[in-house]
Amino acid sequence: MSTPTPPDGTPAHSTTGLHDDDMVGIPIYESVGDDWSDIAAEAARLGEERIVVNMGPQHPSTHGVLRLMLEIDGETVTEARAGIGYLHSGIEKTMEYRTWAQGVTLCTRMDYLGPLFQESAYCLAVEKLLDVADDVPERASVIRVLVMELNRISSHLVFLGTGGNEMGATTVMMLAFEAREDVLKVLEAITGLRMNHGYVRPGGVAQDVPADIVTYVRSKVANVRKYMRGLEDLMLENPILKLRMKETGYLSMAACMALGVTGPLLRATGLPYDVRKTEPYCGYETYDFDIPTATEGDNYARMMVRIEELYQSLLLVEQACDRLEATVGAPVMIEDKKIGWPAQMSVGPDGQGQSPENVKRILGTSMEGLVHHFKLVTEGFRVPPGQVWQTIEHARGTMGVHVVSDGGTKPYRAHFRDPSFNNLQATAVICEGGQVADVVVSVASIDPVLGGVDR
Amino acid sequence: MSEENSIQTPPRGTVVKADGPPLLEVVDVRHGMFGPAGSGDTSGYGGLVTTVVLPGPSQRPYGGWFDEVVDVLAEVLDEGPGYDAAVEAVVIDRGELTLHVVAEHLVTVCQALRDDPDLRFELSLGVSGVHYPLDEHRELHSVMHLVSVTHGRRLRVEVSVDDADPHIPSTTSVYPTNDWHERETFDFFGIVFDGHPGLSRILMPDDWAGHPQRKDYPLSGIPVEFKGATVPPADERRAYR
Repeated sequence: MSTPTPPDGTPAHSTTGLHDDDMVGIPIYESVGDDWSDIAAEAARLGEERIVVNMGPQHPSTHGVLRLMLEIDGETVTEARAGIGYLHSGIEKTMEYRTWAQGVTLCTRMDYLGPLFQESAYCLAVEKLLDVADDVPERASVIRVLVMELNRISSHLVFLGTGGNEMGATTVMMLAFEAREDVLKVLEAITGLRMNHGYVRPGGVAQDVPADIVTYVRSKVANVRKYMRGLEDLMLENPILKLRMKETGYLSMAACMALGVTGPLLRATGLPYDVRKTEPYCGYETYDFDIPTATEGDNYARMMVRIEELYQSLLLVEQACDRLEATVGAPVMIEDKKIGWPAQMSVGPDGQGQSPENVKRILGTSMEGLVHHFKLVTEGFRVPPGQVWQTIEHARGTMGVHVVSDGGTKPYRAHFRDPSFNNLQATAVICEGGQVADVVVSVASIDPVLGGVDR
Repeated sequence: MSEENSIQTPPRGTVVKADGPPLLEVVDVRHGMFGPAGSGDTSGYGGLVTTVVLPGPSQRPYGGWFDEVVDVLAEVLDEGPGYDAAVEAVVIDRGELTLHVVAEHLVTVCQALRDDPDLRFELSLGVSGVHYPLDEHRELHSVMHLVSVTHGRRLRVEVSVDDADPHIPSTTSVYPTNDWHERETFDFFGIVFDGHPGLSRILMPDDWAGHPQRKDYPLSGIPVEFKGATVPPADERRAYR
């Protein structure tokens, strides 16, 4: 497609622009960088009219600091490449110099829309490495399932909201974020924080849920259902949304397998692959839920899969609530005092802090207990040498954690296979040959979170 | 690490191959327990020497489906380079199967793992690296995790190379998904994946010097304002060993 030129030969711009003769004495600013000069040189060599658009890293539709390099011909994208690394913060390296328990605080900051997934995956890996996976109390696993599914809901709601916003539907964003607010309130009630929780710990969770949490969760789940119905009414039959999402950003099942793309993108091609079913963890095999799929493999199918997943997650949250009611008072941290974090938090008049009863008990009853507490907090626990690989179903796909121990108090190596890092590789496949406007929708349908991509 | 710190006796789990370097699982030898090295030791713990050994090669039967997978793989590989030439060791640890593969046969092994209908490890979950500075001539390990959606199995393929010649054939021809993962491993460990379509840094800036995830990568300290002092780098601070 080329710019239409009126018959009289004048260019179809609102201003005619300057001629070369008028430019004398006017300073010209050019963007010059390593790769840009290469691109410019290559374009000059080819002698073709070629436009390379640098979309991002500061662009509202790239979900963070993703840089998209688009070669466009008119409105058609002929090449699309993703540039990442702008948010790299060396979390994996930092983890090698902090204790195993402190690792939770670090990995929760990777994918900031799915902090509880990283925490749970990391803790499951550490427990596997310690060979105590079977000793984690049932109530702790139930709480993990509860917070992970709540996190999946909040993450998918951000996908729906920002995805809608990028297509110009601000109301969709308002509704989705209001619903997310309800989920975050629940997470705040349980963990004390809205994000970067640091709640799931090796051996269990940091503390038990508040006494009245089940009632609270149920009321919020009802709210989320109400918002979801509103969102569905707004979105699903909207002709503009259907035009923009249907038959755009197509990715086949074969392409997904080759590119290692998992999660809603893979399930939207018809393969019900979900780690919660194939390699269950935290007792997912005992819950009753379905794996939603679609067959079209386009942007609309991915959205539908996520909406269905949201409902399945709500079902899981309700089932977890039932189990919480049945296990009131059961331990939430492993019995082994050499691993289990002994701290207890409580909410006092000046906010959340150490529970005075717990401090009194440790200080007042046992010198040995105090020494143990001190050693566990300063030295941490030692993990036998070896390596493990733990996968969980993240909101964005399969998250893998590779942890290596050298028998010390710190991870020798911790690697996180972040699903959005891998899935972003599909950018070229789903964007090339489409319109520039489709790039925004297609990249949004990958649902990348750059904090996780760059780590 | 000075000469006196080198390993005196072959540790448990060490397997010496007839040809080639010994398959060492020693990843570290630690001295003392806490605090800075080289200062006066008042605790008595300073004389503590701990040899860190990773789980060594397993003997048959491996248990479960592990035997079947290794048998089928051996059958397929014996038509080509031969199982013994391609697979150095099989490690079963914590219910996970690890195949230690010789670098030059990595692509053949991956091809067999992906294409044989009885193996069918069709999904790669990526490549990452681990740096073991004390594992002589095998300092850099590249670790790949494969999943068989068909059979519901998963295994790990580990390749070790010499730090002086860190070349591993790229597996992007078999698993295109490894593209970015191999770039990341190159970026962080300096492992060169031969045959990769565009091996460049991915997370660090293009002009960055060094490979940050290596254990010998220098860490910087933090200058303390007003005092002229420096908080030592993380690996030189007092810490439990």
